[in-house]
Amino acid sequence: MSVISDPQGLGGQLRAGKKSVTSLPSVTVRFAGDSGDGMQLAGSQFTDTSAAIGNDISTLPDFPAEIRAPAGTLAGVSGYQIHFSSTEIFTPGDDVDALVAMNPAALKANVRSVRDGGIVIVDDDSFGPNDLRKAGYEQSPLDDGSLAKYRVVRVPVDKLTLAATKDSGLGLKDSNRCKNMFALGLVYWLYGRPLELTLDHIAKKFAKKPAVAMANTLALKAGFNYGETTELFHEQYQVPKARLAPGRYRKITGNEAMAMGMIAAAQLSGKNLVYCSYPITPASDILHNLASEKHFGVTTFQAEDEIAAIGAAIGASFGGALGCSGTSGPGVALKSEGMALAVMTELPLVVIDVQRGGPSTGLPTKTEQADLLQVLFGRNGECPVAVIAAMSPSDCFHAAIEAFTIAMKYMTPVVLLSDGYIANGAEPWLIPDVSKLPRIVVPQPIAPTDGKPFQPYKRDESLVRPWAIPGMPGMEHRIGGLEKQDVTGAVSYDPANHEHMVHTRAAKIAGIKPAGEDLHLTGPDKGDLLLVGWGGTFGAIKAATLQLRAAGAAVSAVQLRYLNPMPQSIGDLMKNFRQVLVPELNLGQLRMLLRARFLVDAKGLNKVRGQPFTITEIVRAAMALLPTSNS
Amino acid sequence: MSMAPNQPLTVLKPADYGTDQDVRWCPGCGDYSILAQMKKVLARLGADRSKTVFISGIGCSSRFPYYMNTYGFHSIHGRAPTFATGLSLARPDLTIWMVTGDGDALSIGGNHFMHVIRRNVNIKVLLFNNRIYGLTKGQYSPTSEQGKKTKSSPMGSPEFPIRPISIAIAAEATFAARAVDVDIKHLEYVLERAARHVGTAFVEIYQNCNIFNDGAYDYATDKATRSDNIVYLEHGKPLVFGKNADKGIRLNAMNPEIVDLKTVSKDDLLIHDEKTPEPNLAFLLSRMRMPDFPEPLGVFRDIQKPVYGDLVHEQITQAVKLRGEGDLQSLVTGTETWTVE
Repeated sequence: MSVISDPQGLGGQLRAGKKSVTSLPSVTVRFAGDSGDGMQLAGSQFTDTSAAIGNDISTLPDFPAEIRAPAGTLAGVSGYQIHFSSTEIFTPGDDVDALVAMNPAALKANVRSVRDGGIVIVDDDSFGPNDLRKAGYEQSPLDDGSLAKYRVVRVPVDKLTLAATKDSGLGLKDSNRCKNMFALGLVYWLYGRPLELTLDHIAKKFAKKPAVAMANTLALKAGFNYGETTELFHEQYQVPKARLAPGRYRKITGNEAMAMGMIAAAQLSGKNLVYCSYPITPASDILHNLASEKHFGVTTFQAEDEIAAIGAAIGASFGGALGCSGTSGPGVALKSEGMALAVMTELPLVVIDVQRGGPSTGLPTKTEQADLLQVLFGRNGECPVAVIAAMSPSDCFHAAIEAFTIAMKYMTPVVLLSDGYIANGAEPWLIPDVSKLPRIVVPQPIAPTDGKPFQPYKRDESLVRPWAIPGMPGMEHRIGGLEKQDVTGAVSYDPANHEHMVHTRAAKIAGIKPAGEDLHLTGPDKGDLLLVGWGGTFGAIKAATLQLRAAGAAVSAVQLRYLNPMPQSIGDLMKNFRQVLVPELNLGQLRMLLRARFLVDAKGLNKVRGQPFTITEIVRAAMALLPTSNS
Repeated sequence: MSMAPNQPLTVLKPADYGTDQDVRWCPGCGDYSILAQMKKVLARLGADRSKTVFISGIGCSSRFPYYMNTYGFHSIHGRAPTFATGLSLARPDLTIWMVTGDGDALSIGGNHFMHVIRRNVNIKVLLFNNRIYGLTKGQYSPTSEQGKKTKSSPMGSPEFPIRPISIAIAAEATFAARAVDVDIKHLEYVLERAARHVGTAFVEIYQNCNIFNDGAYDYATDKATRSDNIVYLEHGKPLVFGKNADKGIRLNAMNPEIVDLKTVSKDDLLIHDEKTPEPNLAFLLSRMRMPDFPEPLGVFRDIQKPVYGDLVHEQITQAVKLRGEGDLQSLVTGTETWTVE
């Protein structure tokens, strides 16, 4: 990383200090501790503050599936990584510049991510023989020289937090819980961040517990002042504001954006949103977010299981509402039969799959992209659905609107793929002007006037049947899972009709014309190497591509947002490149589709470690395929 | 929609509630009678066809929606309560009838059956109990008697049956009733009571499968013996049965017992009460089973409790009252923003 010394002109955000200040273009910090240590809170507060002072940000919360795994063990380590920058960034950062490790387990699990020469702040009070044993250290890594390539800063966080909070009146245990604020305060000082936003947060959160508010405030300030007054740090760092597109910004996670996109779709179409879900990591926050926005007329239904959730969503759609069911991979497996019914009955439905590591229960809190083939093909019969994959946290907003638009316009289930990484990760979002969002117009069905029965499967030019709903007189009809005669909707076992209907359902999905951009291209449309990604890997692939191009390589990247129907143009585009590399967080699911569909000899970069790609991983894989003169 | 002001209001007859589809139940199936009584009840209630919905799962009984000229949804096995719940949440203005069977509701759909009743969703649930799997050609069901010999239990079913009304009451049913397919006047009465109930109205209908389990309910339908084998429940009336109304049910401590009215006064008999806040009486009645006891027919329980959809929509109304109607721009803007010049 290049370091720009710029001690002048930085004083604005910094308190008058006596230490030198170094300006950096971007920094990656990771907070790590026990899952009860409040690391997620420290990380999200650091993120909020960094966003508010104008940095570009990208985050990676990384926590265990267990709510309270045994304290001090590797299984219980919870981390939160923040990449904040003065330039535009697309990922939560490859290498960590500063790690906060609240115990030996947190150190052991995270220190490999720290760059050489990076800062490692440890809670010196948590490195007793017992703590070391629980983390599997034979001897203290603080003393054996194994951390020599880092700048280790030993801080007695427990003792200092206790001393700082003694006037709050809290007991030992409660005071100790403020040590995340001490650590946060120290890192705030290190990077010259203001405390105000977090002080406000503490005051609001603990408005009814003044002693707790006071203790957290004292701990935060003590951490900051500790950096200022001790000799442990000789310099401070500064990351100036990013030059983002002008406008008003907020911080957003994928799950927040998803919930907002759904509410927006309801408003834009004038329909009621009925969100039906069974609690499942990492999708539950969508349910939580919607349940707290009932004043938008949103109905949320916490079902008895995944099957009930999709059944209720389909029932709501049958009644003319926007039925949606959100889940993760194991839930999709349970919803398969319901999705097939919605295909057969041709009802609008959105199924959100926030992917996580699988198979089975797998890695509930970690990310993966291994549900692509499940959502495309994991049902009985020829059962096509539209599939969209959101590409970033904020893209979930637009993807949700688009999923509902397609569902209603084409009377079909739409699977909207997200993943644990973009669902929980945060980024700045240029707040959209909602008055500019296009209305979603749904055609009104017309009752027959000739006294004949209504024809529920009479199709328009896009092969779409009418959405006649109970309460519309003269259009009474019956639908269901049995094969139906086209046009009339009567139960039919006629072989010719079945073949016709199978082809018709396929043709309807194949003919979907999305409103958005077909392909998201980085770089020119021809060259040596094309990277083809889909969904949440967008940021890492784009950043890698820009880096390779800056080094002179003829590399471009394309990100697919529409997986079904897949844009035909991707086939033509791949022909313009000598090589195609498909980075995916699975064993090659999109690659298999591209090879089958376009007969292209695509190579794969595949990772299934529960973690997103780093930029370096993609750059290295790309370089291996490039002509040597370019690398 | 244009109105025709000079035409008299159309009064629909039972036949107007039927579709032109060929009914495909086996000749002699008990379902025909239920279908006929259903149409009669809807005609008597003047039900609006466009606002009436029949939802079913899978099985012989679940073909029911295809024969009703209303809105209908033939869904997937065991899951009808889920579709009905979603529809009821989205459209509280509709009248929703759910049609299910003993396999559909109690086997594959046991979970949903319990929860739809627990939530008191405003739907009517008709469970056609023929104590056999008919559509899959004759395997034992959760209500088949132990020892039942079927294709899948050639040596007799080793399983113990469950009783649909006991399950419904355990799930806090606000309305539970039982009728028999061919006892048409009484069936009509029970269907009408269900139609008038607000909340989940559960009706078990003893239904004869003349192909795979013929005669399962002969004891309750045979004119010669039925009065000794069934007891009609009437709110506020003692439980009297028998050909000559000469037998009654009396409570002995916590247990029912059959008494002879020649020696016991009617005043000492168990008096039926549909409205007790605790469902103990209804549960006790649901346990009475042949050959030890006559089996009760009629309304076991009918109480009022808030309806799920109303409670959900009340929260929406409350939220709007407290926070005003949601404004999309302020939602997407949030509370913490910054501006890049």
